[in-house]
Amino acid sequence: MRISCPFCGERDHSEFTYGGDASVTFPELDASLEEWNDAVYIRSNPKGVLREKWQHSGGCRIWLVLERDTLTHSISQVEPVRLTISELVK
Amino acid sequence: MTNYSAFELLRHAVSGRPWSRAWRNPEPKSQYDVVIVGGGGHGLATAYYLAKEFGIRNVAVLEKSHIGSGNAGRNTTIILANYLLAGSTEFYGHSQKLWDTLSSELNFNVMFSPRGQILLLNSSEDVDGAVRRSNIMLRHGIEARLLDRAAMQKLVPHLDYRPTARFPIWGGLLQPSGGTARHDAVVWGYARAASQLGVDIIQNCEVTGFLRDGGRITGVETTRGRVLSKKTAMAVAGHTSQLGEMAGLRLPIESHLLQAFVSEPLKPLLDHVIDFVSHGQFYISQSDKGGMVFGGDLDMYNSYAQRGNLPAVRDVASLAVSLMPCLGRVRLVRHWGGINDMTMDGSPIISKTPLEGLYLSGGWGYSGFKATPASGWCFSHLIARGENDRLSAPFSLDRFARGATIDEAGTGPIPRLH
Repeated sequence: MRISCPFCGERDHSEFTYGGDASVTFPELDASLEEWNDAVYIRSNPKGVLREKWQHSGGCRIWLVLERDTLTHSISQVEPVRLTISELVK
Repeated sequence: MTNYSAFELLRHAVSGRPWSRAWRNPEPKSQYDVVIVGGGGHGLATAYYLAKEFGIRNVAVLEKSHIGSGNAGRNTTIILANYLLAGSTEFYGHSQKLWDTLSSELNFNVMFSPRGQILLLNSSEDVDGAVRRSNIMLRHGIEARLLDRAAMQKLVPHLDYRPTARFPIWGGLLQPSGGTARHDAVVWGYARAASQLGVDIIQNCEVTGFLRDGGRITGVETTRGRVLSKKTAMAVAGHTSQLGEMAGLRLPIESHLLQAFVSEPLKPLLDHVIDFVSHGQFYISQSDKGGMVFGGDLDMYNSYAQRGNLPAVRDVASLAVSLMPCLGRVRLVRHWGGINDMTMDGSPIISKTPLEGLYLSGGWGYSGFKATPASGWCFSHLIARGENDRLSAPFSLDRFARGATIDEAGTGPIPRLH
């Protein structure tokens, strides 16, 4: 599996560290226990396209969000976690 | 069906008569008391204990492929019970007891080989940890013995004991009752014994949806028609989230890939099961055919692929030759991947669900094979009585919301790290 880092180009995935499901959003601190339980523990775990975080820890160290198919490993989208960064390099 | 014995073996050898089928191959009926989804070790063990312990014999096990084709056939067949936390210790201790007598219980040789399992200790901290771990095991009636470096050198001579070793051997924690069993034999043994008690094993029958009546599950849609059931049980390792989604369940599970390997057959080299967790993870044993069977960590990202990537292969291979340099020139003959349901605390789920009539066993992570007998034992109790027994009560689904997680690795809600 190879990941196209927007800054460094296509690299083997062993240069990257997995950061898990990127679709999880954490609620406000005073949100209900149920909302917090969902954010901390419940995962959609799709067999198909998953939005997920990867860090290019063996390269530019930037955090990326990928859309990757969990069955075929084909990657349809790679972008930096902070979109402002991608605007900077344009 | 024939009872297997030395006498029967002799009789068949002399008469040349073929053996009868080990289990029946029935058409699915339209209705059962209990339908179990998933014909792996856990599903079949559950069916067996439902029939044997609770007299519930109008049971079907539905398997989308052939029985034992999922994770039951994709593991490294290790059996041990060296857990630390309340809940795990009792549960895996019970599983160990059931393994001891499983072959005679099922009248099927599951080739249980209690050859002893050794956890390697590679630092003074590891030794301190092992003292604590062994005390917990002894306290729960599981035999445990601490081995110093000299004893290790005598028992397992092929590890790297040189002063330059990458992982110095400080000692080992031996569980003499740990070992391996033959994975297919476990599946076939439970299938045959369950079938003899009246359980219908339906292969090539994939569940495609659940039948509901309000908040109650009343059966399943399958590729071989609709099957009604009073109670429906899920035991589908790797795809628990997928099946759960059909019922509208949202679960604390991620699916990850775990690879395993077997080498060409060698002469007897390794008498024990060796576990290494000091830096990454590695476990190895020698099969009866002589192949070195070993594995390591997950591929570390969500996957349903049932095939692995090369970095994990390299990691496992480098641990193998670091710990046992003599393996350096041994050739691999096979390598495979299975999909692990990893829960948020690394412990399994045996539980009722928010839907009436639907029961869940899943999230077995690295522990599925060794847990097979106890999993079936506890899950059948839950299905028959509607309540968890004492052993499986800590593994209910609501433990996450209650803050009562059982996190053996102490890594928090990051499934791939358990």
